Amino acid sequence: MNRGSKGSLQAKIVHSLFLLCALVSIVTTVGIVVSLFVESIGFFREVSPWEFLTGTRWSPILKPRSYGVLPLVTGTILVASVALALAVPVGLGIAIYLSEFANDRLRKILKPILEVLAGIPTVVYGYFALTFVTPQLQRLMPDLLVFNALSAGLVMGLMLIPMVSSLSEDAMVAVPRSLRNAAYALGATRLEVCLRVVVPAAISGIVASFILAFSRAIGETMLVTIAAGASPNLTANPLESIQTMTAFIVQLALGEAPHGSLEFQTIFAVGLLLFFMTLIMNILGNIIVRKVREEY
Amino acid sequence: MTTARNIGLAIEDLSVYYGNFRVLKNVTLQIPSNKVTALIGPSGSGKSTLLRCFNRMNDLIPSARIEGKVYFGENNIYAAGVDPTEVRSRIGMVFQKPNPFPKSIFENVAFGLRINGYRGDMNEAVERALHVAALWDEVKDRLNDGALTLSGGQQQRLCIARAIAVEPEVILMDEPASALDPIATLAIEGLMRDLSREYTILVVTHNMQQAARVSDETAFLMMDDDRAGYLVEHGETQQIFTNPVDERTEAYITGRFG
Repeated sequence: MNRGSKGSLQAKIVHSLFLLCALVSIVTTVGIVVSLFVESIGFFREVSPWEFLTGTRWSPILKPRSYGVLPLVTGTILVASVALALAVPVGLGIAIYLSEFANDRLRKILKPILEVLAGIPTVVYGYFALTFVTPQLQRLMPDLLVFNALSAGLVMGLMLIPMVSSLSEDAMVAVPRSLRNAAYALGATRLEVCLRVVVPAAISGIVASFILAFSRAIGETMLVTIAAGASPNLTANPLESIQTMTAFIVQLALGEAPHGSLEFQTIFAVGLLLFFMTLIMNILGNIIVRKVREEY
Repeated sequence: MTTARNIGLAIEDLSVYYGNFRVLKNVTLQIPSNKVTALIGPSGSGKSTLLRCFNRMNDLIPSARIEGKVYFGENNIYAAGVDPTEVRSRIGMVFQKPNPFPKSIFENVAFGLRINGYRGDMNEAVERALHVAALWDEVKDRLNDGALTLSGGQQQRLCIARAIAVEPEVILMDEPASALDPIATLAIEGLMRDLSREYTILVVTHNMQQAARVSDETAFLMMDDDRAGYLVEHGETQQIFTNPVDERTEAYITGRFG
């Protein structure tokens, strides 16, 4: 009897404790969304959402002021695209190699190296891009500016490789042995087993890794602030200097915009847009995953 | 093609090792073509390992090593220069648990044809294989449904259709009915009998009655004191079950051990 009541009290305490932990994340998310909305309201009273979303010149501090966010959006997507163009094929290639081709010994060497790559602070990547990659690229392309989207994008791609490769590999390793055996028994080669059975069966995890990498790429701040420049520029040319949404937020937050001023509120408007962009990416990702996935 | 259909299998002094551990020793055995041969024996006697030697599936286990020869017709399939994928496209396999691909019913059957570069009419080939596996009537209206929507017994017949589609000469079956209910089991057993008219069938089974019902010949394996499997006796099923030569066979089939 005693034991029972003690047990149930314990269960209640444990239950509430874990509930509390779960609530922390929910409360944080709600808090962020609310603060973004509240602070943006002030901004959108002054600037219409239409002007904000379709304007092609971004100059919130210097006169003549203009609040067209498109240059920041294209800058962000440009860097992210360069990054994914590198991280997706290389990351997937590494995942396929590790999961289907590498022997145990090689895997034990390669995986820790990738983990180290994932653990490097982004500020280090930023200076690596600025002081090493950019000069090397300039030797090939003399016109390349010191701050440019290409160098930042490529280094960001390097940074994202471990994320793509480790999540994709996890998804591929989880594909049951029995499916591989079925394909081998039909005369499939290792490559055919990999491309026709393992990758299709793991596709939801693989696509999820791409989407996470993209979300991470558009949210990445330090690297692009250091290496991509601070000139909002509506361009699709990665050789030019640009500014991403995150880099703008940093720039403004470091400046002296007084709290409550329109300049200050632009931070939240841009932040809110960034939030919606990742949200839409995640929703799109879920839809894609549901459409193409093979359940086993 | 008719001559190719009559190729049997023969193994000569076969031993299999996993690392330093010998799982099969000195097995010599002839498998007649166009018959059902059952491999029976207690757990650990190496039946499945033996079965997997015939299509070189043991190659996929990094520590596995074999000694001896396995003849498919005139050719030793372990000779240098033999492509294991070529062997596997001629010697098909059905596994213990149904393992259809998480693709449509149609794509499951078409899979082997596609990877082997089949140039004929895919629809026709898929239909033919499903007919042979006695599954066509049940699935003809839902070929694009996922294979995992089928029942366990249907899934196993789909796996048989998938193996048949590439037109192998031999079908290896590793306890193909052990995960199925009695009715689905009977369907698979009937199928084995029918298939043996055109294919050489080698089936591992734990189930004595099943071996007696479906097979023409039976090979009995046991585990030695060093835990290596070896062949005790091989002969016509009728003779093995009614009048075994070796007393260990008699003890096993009458249920005194195993």
